Amino acid sequence: MTAVELRRVSVALDGRPVLRELSLRIPGGSRLGLIGPNGSGKTTLLRAVAGLVPHQGEIRVGDAAGDSLSRRELARRIALVPQNPTVPAGFTVTDYALLGRTPYIPHLGTESRRDLEIVRSVLDQLDLTGLAARRLDSLSGGERQRAVLARALAQQAPVLLLDEPTTGLDVGHQQQLLELVDGLRHDLELTVVSAMHDLTLAGQFADHLVLLDGGRVAAAGPARTVLTERVISRHYGASVRVLEDPDGGVVVIPVRPGNRAGDPGQPAEPAEPQVAT
Amino acid sequence: MTVTDHRPGRGAAVAPGPGVARLRPGPLLAACAVLAGAAVAAVLVGPVRLGPGAVLLELAGRLPLVHTHSGLTGQEAAILWELRLPRVVLGGLVGAMLALAGVAYQGVFRNPLADPYLLGAAAGAGLGATLAIAYGPDTSSWPVDLLPMAAFAGAVTGVAAAYALGRSGGSRSTTTLILSGVAVAAFLTAVQTYVQQRQSETLREVYGWILGRLTTAGWREVALVVPYALASTVVILLHRRLLDVLAVGDDEARSLGVRAARVRLVVVAAATLATAAAVAVSGLIGFVGIIVPHTVRLLVGSSHRLLAPLSLVAGAAFLILADLVARTVMAPAELPIGVVTAFFGAPFFALVLRGSRQAP
Repeated sequence: MTAVELRRVSVALDGRPVLRELSLRIPGGSRLGLIGPNGSGKTTLLRAVAGLVPHQGEIRVGDAAGDSLSRRELARRIALVPQNPTVPAGFTVTDYALLGRTPYIPHLGTESRRDLEIVRSVLDQLDLTGLAARRLDSLSGGERQRAVLARALAQQAPVLLLDEPTTGLDVGHQQQLLELVDGLRHDLELTVVSAMHDLTLAGQFADHLVLLDGGRVAAAGPARTVLTERVISRHYGASVRVLEDPDGGVVVIPVRPGNRAGDPGQPAEPAEPQVAT
Repeated sequence: MTVTDHRPGRGAAVAPGPGVARLRPGPLLAACAVLAGAAVAAVLVGPVRLGPGAVLLELAGRLPLVHTHSGLTGQEAAILWELRLPRVVLGGLVGAMLALAGVAYQGVFRNPLADPYLLGAAAGAGLGATLAIAYGPDTSSWPVDLLPMAAFAGAVTGVAAAYALGRSGGSRSTTTLILSGVAVAAFLTAVQTYVQQRQSETLREVYGWILGRLTTAGWREVALVVPYALASTVVILLHRRLLDVLAVGDDEARSLGVRAARVRLVVVAAATLATAAAVAVSGLIGFVGIIVPHTVRLLVGSSHRLLAPLSLVAGAAFLILADLVARTVMAPAELPIGVVTAFFGAPFFALVLRGSRQAP
């Protein structure tokens, strides 16, 4: 079964083409890692699937054309965790996660007991029960990211889109978050599409990688075939060494090219999620 | 797919759990008690002191099938029915509307500094009122004065112009909308100042109106405000959960299935009607729309489910008290109420702000 399918999808932002006739089929229950340099179209692809940017071509979500679904119906099928989520400071974790139930609550209505039950269960799964009454602005980066994930899971959508979910987290919290998502994906039979900058993590937590460059699919396949020194050098302009991990998978290590001192190195990490006050 | 089946035996008992913003009776009762206290004080205190018992009997006497003898003289009864009560009711209505409109504007624009006058309501009302004072016919014999109608029309026109301008380039950003509000307000204020300078004999009256007052309050003004107040209150309170959704920004609200721009238009329209009605009968009373929502927010958090109803009640109480001060400190002269709201509001706000910083 196909969860999401893109057929010759093009998106232009302010007249500038960002995705060019891109075709992609995402099988249900799969883990897709979306990689590519800054500006390659990863975020735009996720936003197009979530119905947030107008596009040409066809996007099918499950058995329906994305355009034929209402905004609410789409929100029940696709949950997006944006790269820099707006975190409203005065909200409690529970109230924030409850926003994820919006596509099920009547327009001017209030949540039902079932909505509260689902939110409570999601908080439990994400180990947030103890923080349920805490305000978002009092949470650490890792806790806040789990709260954002809780809101997305409360949508009970079969497809979860994650845009740089590990932004601003230390290596331990990056691993914990991705392990958590992977466990939930298995338990809830989700299809997970994550845009990732860390190529090693991307390879470890995806069955399949798609490398975007210039709005097109530049390479696709298992990590071992996509993450090669030649491909990364060509599309990222980066000097890396790719090592075989004895436990399977590959490890991508940036190296300083030759004896050039003062190389700018990898692009800086994006900023923390913003807190609206 | 179900999430609830994930861990059997857990989450079985369901009551609104920790962290759920539900309007519980406690805070609402406390706010209503403050409002009732403010109203009682404002009815009893004035140049002519009225006894609480007598007032209670007089009020009860108006109920059907109840006959009481309150002991108030005819003059005292007239003071109660024609001066004090309409003024308290109108002050409450105006305060409630300005506070609720403040909550609505801050919510839809996700801007803590947004106030009900943000989109040109004040400038539009100012121009309408100045035109009515400068050029309007003598309407004292009409069933409704020209001044409130002109101010109301001016406020609605100002906001509508700002909205049309903000959307004209196809932009849906709130920043564009706020900036067009600034442009419209600047233009309308320029015209208003020009008219005011040409008709300098009206300067004092215009100035008095701009500072806000409830002196002219009568049941006629109350009747003028009530329909708009009711409609706006119902619309904004119905949207209180959607205001929470808008707090995550237009984009994320859309990804949750909400048409953010449409919700904003409906809420701004309701808040504008509330503001225009308040401004029409009381002039420009500043600060209420900012200080009341923020104080309530610091006490109960940012969820509009609590913020909207509690600000409504607190705004009414605040303005009734402010008016009580305005008409007693310099008696028999009156201080413009806008001066009182700022003079007492600002330090009180600073105290609440300080307290909330110290608490974890």
